[in-house]
Amino acid sequence: MRADAVALPEVVAAPPSSRARNVPYVSLGIITGFVLLAVLAPLLSPADPNDQSLRNRFKPPAWEEGGSWKHPLGTDRLGRDMLSRIIWGSRVSLAAGVVTVLVASAFGAAVGLVAGYYGGRVDAALMRMTDATLSFPVILLALILAVTVGPSFGNVVLAIAVILWARYARVIRGQVLTLMHLDFIAQARLAGAGALRIISRHLLPNTLNTLVVLVTLQIGYVIIVEASLSFLGAGIPPPTPAWGSMVAEGREFVTSAWWVSMFPGLAILLVVLAFNLLGDWLRDTFDPKLRQL
Amino acid sequence: MPPRDGGAVTAATPLLEVQELTKHFLVPGGALGWHTRLVRAVDAVSFTLEAGRTMGLVGESGCGKTTTSKLILGLEPPTAGAIRFEGEDVAGLGGEGARRYRRAVQAVFQDPYASLDPRMRVGTIIAEPLVINERGGSAKRRRRVQQLLDLVGLPARTAELFPHEFSGGQRQRIAIARALALSPRLVVLDEPVSALDVSIRAQILNLLRDLQERLGVSYLFIAHDLAAVAHMSHTIAVMYLGKIVEIGEAETVALSPRHPYTKALFSAALPIDLDAPAAAVPLAGEVPSPLAPPSGCRFHPRCPFVLPQCSVEEPPLRSHEGRQVACHLY
Amino acid sequence: MLVLEIRGLQTHLVTRWGTVKAVDGVSFDVAAGETLGLVGESGSGKSMTCLSIVRLIPSAGRIVGGSVRLDGEELLSKSEREMQQLRGRKVGMILQDPMSSLNPVFSIGRQVREPVAMYHGLRGQALGERAAALLAAVRIPSPVERLRAFPHQLSGGMRQRVVGAMAIAAPPRLLIADEPTTSLDLTIQSQYLSLLEELQRRHDLAMIFITHNFGIVSRICDRVAVMYAGRIAEMGMVRQIFTSPAHPYTRALLESIPRLGARTSRLAAIEGQPPDMAKLPGGCAFAPRCPHVMDRCREQAPPEFTVAPGQVSRCWLHAPA
Repeated sequence: MRADAVALPEVVAAPPSSRARNVPYVSLGIITGFVLLAVLAPLLSPADPNDQSLRNRFKPPAWEEGGSWKHPLGTDRLGRDMLSRIIWGSRVSLAAGVVTVLVASAFGAAVGLVAGYYGGRVDAALMRMTDATLSFPVILLALILAVTVGPSFGNVVLAIAVILWARYARVIRGQVLTLMHLDFIAQARLAGAGALRIISRHLLPNTLNTLVVLVTLQIGYVIIVEASLSFLGAGIPPPTPAWGSMVAEGREFVTSAWWVSMFPGLAILLVVLAFNLLGDWLRDTFDPKLRQL
Repeated sequence: MPPRDGGAVTAATPLLEVQELTKHFLVPGGALGWHTRLVRAVDAVSFTLEAGRTMGLVGESGCGKTTTSKLILGLEPPTAGAIRFEGEDVAGLGGEGARRYRRAVQAVFQDPYASLDPRMRVGTIIAEPLVINERGGSAKRRRRVQQLLDLVGLPARTAELFPHEFSGGQRQRIAIARALALSPRLVVLDEPVSALDVSIRAQILNLLRDLQERLGVSYLFIAHDLAAVAHMSHTIAVMYLGKIVEIGEAETVALSPRHPYTKALFSAALPIDLDAPAAAVPLAGEVPSPLAPPSGCRFHPRCPFVLPQCSVEEPPLRSHEGRQVACHLY
Repeated sequence: MLVLEIRGLQTHLVTRWGTVKAVDGVSFDVAAGETLGLVGESGSGKSMTCLSIVRLIPSAGRIVGGSVRLDGEELLSKSEREMQQLRGRKVGMILQDPMSSLNPVFSIGRQVREPVAMYHGLRGQALGERAAALLAAVRIPSPVERLRAFPHQLSGGMRQRVVGAMAIAAPPRLLIADEPTTSLDLTIQSQYLSLLEELQRRHDLAMIFITHNFGIVSRICDRVAVMYAGRIAEMGMVRQIFTSPAHPYTRALLESIPRLGARTSRLAAIEGQPPDMAKLPGGCAFAPRCPHVMDRCREQAPPEFTVAPGQVSRCWLHAPA
């Protein structure tokens, strides 16, 4: 070893993680719970969600007078078991949320990375496209699609993703612009790296934190949009149980058979709240600069 | 690693020859940014650098030293002038030639906290130039990374760790290891120790000199610490507003400067020696902006020895007392 | 006449890694018209010491002991309100970064008028004239026009002068300059140091100059304190410290700095790394890097010993036999 070799000190221990504080266990629990419900729906659902029984219409929840534990959360207008429908409905909501967000974030991040890396005219063109997209109303587009092509799961995902990507593009591009000034990018160029290598091996990994936060925060939003679309009849078509349409079905009976709208509404609330809280915690932990999101 | 033999390069051919190198930028100007203005960042700069030697480039903000280094590194294209590397004009090089140049010229930058990708392990960072440019398996690369770590005085397990686990001085060593990965002939050192603690600077400067002796690599050393530049360099070039005002052997320029700006600069360097002669009267005025350089000799508005012709005619570099000076006094 | 007397100042910082003794028993005096240089590297405590004087330490910090007396008045027992009265009026500060020291959205005039209005109760025309006079005092050309300018229209050197003008608006008794020239060009640095000297002469200011540059110390300081790991390692007159440095850290530091005109092949580098303030070894903090380390150094932290009239060194080498 050379004379002035530096003895490597003990690896600087990472501080006792402040990230371990305030982990949103409740939110994680709720999300995990619903994910399990969605995945294991066939096993966990007490009844067939589409099983109609006009004799059993509007049965109240078990703890009310007239209810029974055969239908713990009551039945709806067509006598279908609420609990089963909610469990099966979680599939739709979570699938819609996750798939849409993944599609939108992949495309949006790609646009942001390319725009930020190349700058100049490429950036200007892509950002103009992004701005135009950001100003388009999601629900309107989905309604148009539903009316012209017909409502379906695919159309819901498409309608939302086609507009949602722009949010990612903007944020990621901002991050990339900051990163581009750092010397390690210049060093990669000096090593002979081309655009693809710099974007995929240097820029993308350094934007992952931001992406994760954004994705988590957006799932809640997408679930609400999907529920809204289903409520309006432009989302997942019946008979597939979807929380939004369940809320719509119970609309006229809010005062008498309140449970028909209440429980699906509660489910939406819980899931969206859980994702938002988780997203907030992730953001505060990984990248407090994103506070304005 | 033995120093590379130049191959076809004779002893007479300098490693790097820069001729009338010029870089002008257009920047938006005027009230709403509608007009463009010309920034003469680097203006007809010429010098040569031999293999295994160090050229120090000094000057204050706006002098063009950073832009010059970017031109040499190929990070910016020149507006005019030529860069010749081992006799060949760099501009004319096609794919394979350009790649060869890229491998032969590397850099170490100032900020040890921005020059290493925080998400990559040190071993991967150092190996990246090898991955991009060389064939050969990962085993061969691992060996080379270990060799480089040893060269810069870091222990083997450094390769497994992440940059944030290291101090500024150690990170600069890592940056140096990466710069040497492709066995370059020239390394541009842009303020390599300015961001480091004073007690660490000597370690890194010693390391750089040792590496030069062992590997025969040349340095373009840019720094505002004039004593460090004088210590490390064989030749020094002093730049002012895009032009070289004085250039010569390091000792000559540093200890007996002739250009009025060089004199002011080196006396402003504040020697530690208490019995040194009192500093010359400090220069009046501000460093002018490269957007509107003064006419004639660019230094004339601040020069204590200004002559009438200084505002009219720009002085060329002329030989004087063993160095080149661009001044009408000589 | 002593303006500042500090005895045994201790400031602790609570960090994720544990409690850091950022300032650990620092004592020194500064007289009117005198400049004390505070030299040290990152983590040495030089900035934290000065922040402790004006009680502007970060929220994670606590001044846990010692005494800071300004013109005989104890500062550490003052309320925050009293300190607010003091800051600027009695103690002026110039910080390192001229970019962020000035508010970019307000004109220079507005920013310079603010302290003048606060300290002298002037208004309207008198206020404007005094502000322009201040700018002239720091040698800003065309001061009246400059009042209308904004910070981004000024160069770094000019901005630092404006900051200087605001710092001496009162004028204060003590001026603390924390590396004010580090981000300035060399030739501008010379001008600025001359300016500070002139201001000091004119107002008989006591000045603390924080720097890591020994060249600046030799130019502008009368006395110098070298800090390491929160303590003063050595202190004395500048000439004493430069010609016969006592503490091994000072010696090593002076030897490792490249000098114009001394062409050596190798610089005498200091081994090791600056200390990790969260995990200081017991005993003398410099022991791991000291070329003259003894067993005693690792066990017990040395007190200050007097090595010559006016020069102290915190090192066991200088313990009386």
